[in-house]
Amino acid sequence: MNPGDSLHILPEIILTLTGVLIMIIDASLATGVARRPLGWIACLGTMGALLASVSEFSPRLTGTGFYGTVETTPFTAFFHVLICGIVLAALLLALDTLPGDSHHQGEYYALVVFGSVGMCLLTSAVELLVVFIALEISSISTYILAGYRKRTGRGPEAAIKYFLLGSFATAFLLYGIALIFGATGTTQIYEIAHALQAVPNVPNLPLVLTSLALMLVGILFKVSAAPFHVWTPDVYEGAPSPVVALMSTAPKAAAFALLLRVVYEIFPTLRSIWSPLLWAVAILSMTVGNLAALRQQNVKRMLAYSAIAHAGYLLAALAATAPEGIAAGAFYITAYAAMNVGIFAVVALISGYDDELPLIQDFRGLWYRSPVLGGLLTFFLISLVGIPFTGGFFGKFYSFSAAVGGGAVWLAIIGLLNSGVAATYYLRLAFVAAQRPTDDTPALPARTSSIGIMVSAAIGLAAVATLALGIIPGAILNASQSAAHTLQPLPDAPTTEAPATASAKPNP
Amino acid sequence: MNDSILTLILLAPLVGAGLIALLPDRGKLPAWIALLTSLVTFLFTLHLPAHFIHGQAGFQFEINRPWIELPPINYHVGVDGLSVWLVVLVGLLAPAGIVASWNSIKERRKIFYLLFLVQQTAMYGVFISLDLMVYYGFWELSLVPMAILIAMYGRKEGAKAATKFFLFTFIPSAPLLVAILWLYARTQTFNFVDLQAMIASGALPVGPLYWVAFAFLFAFAVKVPLFPLHGWLADTFSEAPVAMAMVVAGKLGLYSMIRFHVGLFPAQARQVAPLLIALAVIGILYGACLALVQRDFWRLLAFAAMGHLSLIVLGIYGFTAAGSGGAIYQILNNEMIDAALFVLLGALEVRYFTSQIAAYGGLAARLPQTVTLFVISSLAMIGLPLLNGFVGEFLILSSAFGAGHRGWAIGATLGVILSAAYMLWLIQRIFYGPTNDLTGGTSVPDLHLGEQLLLWPFAVLMLVMGVAPMLWINTIQDRNTPTVLNGSAAAPQLSVTMKASVEGQQ
Repeated sequence: MNPGDSLHILPEIILTLTGVLIMIIDASLATGVARRPLGWIACLGTMGALLASVSEFSPRLTGTGFYGTVETTPFTAFFHVLICGIVLAALLLALDTLPGDSHHQGEYYALVVFGSVGMCLLTSAVELLVVFIALEISSISTYILAGYRKRTGRGPEAAIKYFLLGSFATAFLLYGIALIFGATGTTQIYEIAHALQAVPNVPNLPLVLTSLALMLVGILFKVSAAPFHVWTPDVYEGAPSPVVALMSTAPKAAAFALLLRVVYEIFPTLRSIWSPLLWAVAILSMTVGNLAALRQQNVKRMLAYSAIAHAGYLLAALAATAPEGIAAGAFYITAYAAMNVGIFAVVALISGYDDELPLIQDFRGLWYRSPVLGGLLTFFLISLVGIPFTGGFFGKFYSFSAAVGGGAVWLAIIGLLNSGVAATYYLRLAFVAAQRPTDDTPALPARTSSIGIMVSAAIGLAAVATLALGIIPGAILNASQSAAHTLQPLPDAPTTEAPATASAKPNP
Repeated sequence: MNDSILTLILLAPLVGAGLIALLPDRGKLPAWIALLTSLVTFLFTLHLPAHFIHGQAGFQFEINRPWIELPPINYHVGVDGLSVWLVVLVGLLAPAGIVASWNSIKERRKIFYLLFLVQQTAMYGVFISLDLMVYYGFWELSLVPMAILIAMYGRKEGAKAATKFFLFTFIPSAPLLVAILWLYARTQTFNFVDLQAMIASGALPVGPLYWVAFAFLFAFAVKVPLFPLHGWLADTFSEAPVAMAMVVAGKLGLYSMIRFHVGLFPAQARQVAPLLIALAVIGILYGACLALVQRDFWRLLAFAAMGHLSLIVLGIYGFTAAGSGGAIYQILNNEMIDAALFVLLGALEVRYFTSQIAAYGGLAARLPQTVTLFVISSLAMIGLPLLNGFVGEFLILSSAFGAGHRGWAIGATLGVILSAAYMLWLIQRIFYGPTNDLTGGTSVPDLHLGEQLLLWPFAVLMLVMGVAPMLWINTIQDRNTPTVLNGSAAAPQLSVTMKASVEGQQ
């Protein structure tokens, strides 16, 4: 190990130090003192990490470190920037929406920052044990954050549910790692890929296949794809909205990066096996998510099911071969993160930290009462529907374009028809907000009359990102493409045989 | 100017929308800004026919700049004889829509006019885009302001009608997008001109191409709407604010059919033409029959529109030059006539607060201007010679007779007669007969100055378009005809038919 290695995990180091600093200050403050300034420290630290992540794009830093356990490539830089951006928006949102009197605020900021350490590390780890540790770091902070409203019944219920199911899923992943170690004798991703190159005479094929299945179960749970989605609505409903804005996007982005790594980097040669599996999961997720969302009366539950459906659209991108599929997936998760953070921020403002206005009917007349919030809500909903000139459209466009390019025309048709179903429930909310309020519509809470600067910044960031991704997607698209090209199977292998065999395989 | 005029047309309404967003929602301020914007944009659109070069092949005022590198989506816009007058039509109807909303929109004017102007941009975009993705973008975008406004200002069941309207167009767009993506996967381009050439050269497999063409057609047929895909139309007409209902039906779907279905897939379009002709004639008769029995004048107008739009479909898929030229001309006529009727009926609804036909009666003496204009517009719609509706209908029907669809043409002609029946009966019920409590009570003002300034030029234009159709038809002939239609041989034939019809009525 040499000192230069630490440059490869610079964002993680900055975030860790920030988290530790917040914990120390929080512990040394008297109980009555306001904890809000700690949020500022968290924001500053995240900005530092964001800058460090941006600098990772420079070719000078590209490479592996710590004996080949972590790497820095445009791929990791892309996801680091994305995750740090989401965390920054979530922190800004929390600064204005957390109840001011809570003396748990310090922990909140620390947990968010520690969680982001895990997520960042998850995308840059190329050693499965580090992957596992990173996943646990990010998961444990999310479990706690999910139950942050301790006094309500739903908060702890959400946390326990999430924790039990989540640890179960992580165990699957760990078991998969153990089996792949048994089959190949290593847990380093490139070495495993090298060992699995000899298709069709892969050594210990049954072990490898079992391992692939177990790892997919673990990861698909984290991205809340059907049939591993049952936790999502309950957890989203029980967790405070500022937390949901974070946990519905950042951990998913990290888990998705891991999924890309697993399928395209470890198992590219087994494409004929995982591709149909992911197809089925994609179609199931879209259909289950959308159909269930149709029947929801609670806004957060509806958005939870919509998140499941979006996981399905995302997985559709994986029907394509390596570079296109990765680029489309990376772009989709960016667009999804922008609009989802935005809509949960708006919901957090309207429904409040304690979900005083949880139902769709409660949003009636929003346009009349607060035109700005009504407009923003509609804008993010329209992006979720996938109307052109918003990020949601290009996300879907690239995802299904990749699918059609990969020969999966039916997947694209099913997916796009699904987005028609999805339009029904998104529009229901948008139209309810557009209608004149009736006499029995609950009044909007006073907090919506003056929207704080921090939360405006968070929503503004999300709105600008959503719009920019819809009008000038070029920059992010180029970044995602260069990210895709660095996620090559076997970068240091002597031949380029593996990608060739992968792409030469007939598409199922 | 020629290089950037289309961009100006696209951006001008957005600038107006931005202004409205920034300025306060005070009194009629948003309405004035919207009116000013729409008038300026209308002037811009007039630049197109003024500088249109006759006889030049291909597209004019073309702009083709890369927008997104990969996949290569270009900001590619341009007009030909098909779209040039449609762009002007959009420009003309915008002030009409604003005048129609002047008194009927009383609250939340800011959001109304803002979305109205965004809708304008979307529609200009549909008519001028020559890159399939850009076209698709505007096509979908055109749904959003409309749906929100229907939900917001719906008369009774706004949200329901808005959802119906949105889904009816959005779901068929899904296969359309897949079809576009499939074309891209095969050809690596979204450029309309390149695609047209590639499909004509037979480079693409015929089997899938059939389905691709069908996906295009399906999306457009719903938007027209063609029988039996018209489920959204009546609800939308009766719920939408007048200004929005004016622009919703017809021209987007019909234009797309001509440009992107017949234009891109002439062979496949020919294959399905018999089916479409049958559906069109069924639509003509069905629309006319339902219009006869409606009690609400918005719904009556909806089914009347369905009948007249189906007639245009008959012209498009007759595959004769006269028929399709007449169809394009009839789109212009139809939209103008519908707009005039919408404004007039909207004026009645603002004054008497009901759209039930039975509630009216004996208005002729009280509202002389309204009745005069209403009768002129109705006669134009029915197809009275010397008015514009006649020219289009005559071209479409005569070409249908000539092209060997005799039976269908007779059916369609029957529909035209029925349309005279329901329109004249509507006039009789609203404007003649005895007055009742509603209409005989307190007197209401006749058309206000804005409405007069709008509607009298419309009436004059209907007459001019009926007497001197060659002014428009000459430009329409300069459109990009698909190879199957054999434009060079067809053009003189159209002129001959035209001259005959014009001389016939004089």
